[in-house]
Amino acid sequence: MAVGGSTGTELSAGVPAELLVEAAELPAGIGPYRLAWRRLSRNHGALFFGVIFLVIVVLCLLAPVYSSDIAHTGPNDNHITEQIKIGGKLTYVVSTIGLPIGPTWHSKFFLGADPNGRDIAVRLLYGGRNSLEVGAVATLITIVLAAIIGIAAGYFRGWTDGLLMRALDVIWAFPVYILGVALGVSLAISGIGPLRGNSLMVPAFVIGVVFVPYVAKPIRGQVLGLREREFIDAARVQGLSHVRIMASEIFPNIASTIIVFIPLMLANSILLEAGLSYLGAGVQPPNPSWGTMIADGVANIPAAIHLVLVPGIMLVIAVLSINVFGDGVRDALDPRAKVRIAR
Amino acid sequence: MTAPETLLQVEDLRVSFATEEGVVRAVDGITFTVQAGEVLAIVGESGSGKSVSVMTLMGLTRGQNARFEGKAMFDGRDLIAASDAELRKVRGAAIAMVFQDPMSSLDPVYRIGAQIIEQIRVHEPKVSKAQALDRAVDLMERVGIPRARDRVRSYPHEFSGGMRQRVMIAMALANSPKLLIADEPTTALAVPIQAQILDELRRLRDQTGAGIILVTHDLGVVADIADRIAVMYAGRIVEQGTLEDLFYDPQHPYTWGLLGSITRVDRNRAGKLPAIPGQPPSLLAPPEGCHFRPRCPHAFDRCTELPELVSRLPEAPEHPDRCWLEPERKRTLRQVGDQIGLATGETVIS
Amino acid sequence: MARFVIRRLLAAVGVLIAISVVTFLIFQAIPNGDPAQRIGGRTANAAELALIRHEWGFDKPIYVQYIKTMGKILSGTVVSYSQNLNVLDQIRQGLPATLSLAIGAGIIWLGLGILFGVITAVRAGRFADRALTVLAFIGVSSPPFFLGALAIYYVGYKANIIPLGGYSSLSHPWSWFKHLIAPWLVLSVLFIGIYSRVLRSTILDIQHEDYVRTARAKGLSERQVMVRHILRNSLIPIISLWGLDFAQVIGGGAILTESVFNLHGVGQFAAQSIQRLDVPPVLVITMLTAFFVVLLGALVDVIYAFLDPRIRLSG
Repeated sequence: MAVGGSTGTELSAGVPAELLVEAAELPAGIGPYRLAWRRLSRNHGALFFGVIFLVIVVLCLLAPVYSSDIAHTGPNDNHITEQIKIGGKLTYVVSTIGLPIGPTWHSKFFLGADPNGRDIAVRLLYGGRNSLEVGAVATLITIVLAAIIGIAAGYFRGWTDGLLMRALDVIWAFPVYILGVALGVSLAISGIGPLRGNSLMVPAFVIGVVFVPYVAKPIRGQVLGLREREFIDAARVQGLSHVRIMASEIFPNIASTIIVFIPLMLANSILLEAGLSYLGAGVQPPNPSWGTMIADGVANIPAAIHLVLVPGIMLVIAVLSINVFGDGVRDALDPRAKVRIAR
Repeated sequence: MTAPETLLQVEDLRVSFATEEGVVRAVDGITFTVQAGEVLAIVGESGSGKSVSVMTLMGLTRGQNARFEGKAMFDGRDLIAASDAELRKVRGAAIAMVFQDPMSSLDPVYRIGAQIIEQIRVHEPKVSKAQALDRAVDLMERVGIPRARDRVRSYPHEFSGGMRQRVMIAMALANSPKLLIADEPTTALAVPIQAQILDELRRLRDQTGAGIILVTHDLGVVADIADRIAVMYAGRIVEQGTLEDLFYDPQHPYTWGLLGSITRVDRNRAGKLPAIPGQPPSLLAPPEGCHFRPRCPHAFDRCTELPELVSRLPEAPEHPDRCWLEPERKRTLRQVGDQIGLATGETVIS
Repeated sequence: MARFVIRRLLAAVGVLIAISVVTFLIFQAIPNGDPAQRIGGRTANAAELALIRHEWGFDKPIYVQYIKTMGKILSGTVVSYSQNLNVLDQIRQGLPATLSLAIGAGIIWLGLGILFGVITAVRAGRFADRALTVLAFIGVSSPPFFLGALAIYYVGYKANIIPLGGYSSLSHPWSWFKHLIAPWLVLSVLFIGIYSRVLRSTILDIQHEDYVRTARAKGLSERQVMVRHILRNSLIPIISLWGLDFAQVIGGGAILTESVFNLHGVGQFAAQSIQRLDVPPVLVITMLTAFFVVLLGALVDVIYAFLDPRIRLSG
């Protein structure tokens, strides 16, 4: 699932490596993260998309305000039999043959209604909040589990490594969607412990688990390499405990890898949430999410394409902005991209 | 030796790269010549611009962020101004190159034979594959690879470093070059293998009469093979002369430092201690005047002015250097104990 | 080589067992209604239900149920709970659609992924690179069911160029092609985005390798250097990516594309079975996928060893 590559920062073929090394060492006395920040702040494209994503997040968090003060309706309120005034003319929210109203560009039904007479703009913001929440919690779960598993497997090696890696191999051999849908459907029925099946945390948990191998394996590989380095030996000779070494010696060295994975996993989690919801295994109705809204829209093709377009475009913009911003973060942290062509 | 014929004439070559941090002046005006049948050694620390200089002759540093000035006349053609297509005809044919790291310089996915054949046929497309294969076997035998007929079918990873470097040399010789550029050809190899590879190069020079540019940071290597030496520091040639000139009457304090370090390495094989204190300057913002000034214990006020590369020795007009010190004073300053070196207080030789 | 094959086979069996256990547990650990009632149907009487319970082991501990179900799968007699149809037959019915989708899309995404990867690497930093990079980012950011819905509405319903979904058998090639062209492209978009980015960065890395400099020093043209040395080495990771992705798609991993285009393939069958909490089809399909993943994984290793002589097939 990982998206490789970096944007337009490479040197042309001919420049000898020895020069690159020298130039890379130039800003002496600046920490790696300060340097990364400096590089990111010069990457206007990435920053632009980062800001777009922030705007989307803020808008979605303001969903209740929009709902109560502008649209005056909730995300699950039906107005199926009501009429509203458009251009001085009364129109049914949902026509007698079941066609929902399109975008009105007014405070009510700004982006139109769905076949249940619900306000799409309100649902879009609430759905965005749900999608982002599921994505964020799933990413957190993935990153934490993957870091623990990856560090433990790489640090202890031997049978710990073998056991953890075989377990990850099993998840890996599952198609992402089949495992996600199977877990999603079954947990939506049974719930997890105290969590009810229709809780947002169920899809978040499912997505978080499904993506663990994709992050844990690279972390393990890096830890295996780190373990051979002198400072780990030094820490062991000093008699530091395993947990202490993993937390204070190894973790800081894989932190940049983890940072690179956060936006990548956030984007993929939001996409997987949408896919699972589309298949009925994610966010459960009547709760909106971008995925369930698109699913509703697909069911209404060709009658009302705006039902697909509105949440779909929003989803693509959100995921795209995370991906581009994340790519900028990776470029900034990647040591190979240290020297750029001056333009 | 045959009548000296000038193969290559480099005049005031300058190479700079535009980077994120500014313009790096990797090569800052160098001039030298190579005669047929002669070995010119270019000596300097890594980052001194010696590799960039020779790669520029082959056009290997060309790129959108590279700038070139000056001339490099070879066979009536300016290599710096030549088009990519013209240069391609010269590369691997009249000028061939052997690189530093034989472990990574051969393509891992092709057999040795195929890589030599590729070199032959790119310049002589009429040669059949079978003929090219025979020539590849001959070349491999010539550079001392045993059982060459079998080993053309080997992959690079099945060869040792020394054997791979022999393959690189065989490949370089495939089209009988007039000029062979060897960029640190022995640096990555074990000491006994280094001597064998140098033997190989010397033999080839004697047999073919080709000129050789040997780029190295190791004056010990140079002593075995070079006819003339150019010492480079931070993008400039600081001293140039014959082997005898440089070893017995070195004029630049940087050369003294280099000489001091080889003597010590001879005595103590394990030692790879920094012979000259300090670091080479950043090529983004090099010091004014003599580039070596910040590291030179003998620097004085005049050193902020750039010394020309001219001979300051009436008896040796072919031995120019870039140092303001009086030749007489140099003779005493460079004497550290019973040998030549760069004195820094009393701790240089200890 | 023999050791390699044996080891791979053992690993495959291990993964298959583990996956079947996990899948079985996912569904059996939840309230699921009475499977016997669902198999027997509404008309079944108590004696018939008791027979079904005994046959599937529903009256026994869960490991007995697992073993009985697996026995039915391996003997090919397993039926679905909800429809009481032979699962293997149903999968066989879905296979032509899934294979058509996977093979066609696999060729498209590999070909275009390589093409775009090479273009963006060669033109790095210029217009073509930037434009294709933007497209690649949009590609990896777009869910297939959204793209599929757009294709069905705009190209199918509005422009009337493609049908609105469904699968048409290969015996009518033109109809087959018209039904599949949109699914192929929709499924490929994500992979083209990923592959072109991976290939671009691999090429840009390999471009700095010493042996590429050697190739240039030989006097080869830029095109020869690119094709014979850079591309030849850069394609190695792409081939392995392709093998694993293709395995997942062929085993029903293209659930979203199959569903939105209503192709009645294996993936869509899996999705429907999961929604019906119908364990046997899900078990068989996940095992099938895992089998393809392991098999193509081994095949990828063989191709890898062929492409990269440094790699040996050791156990």
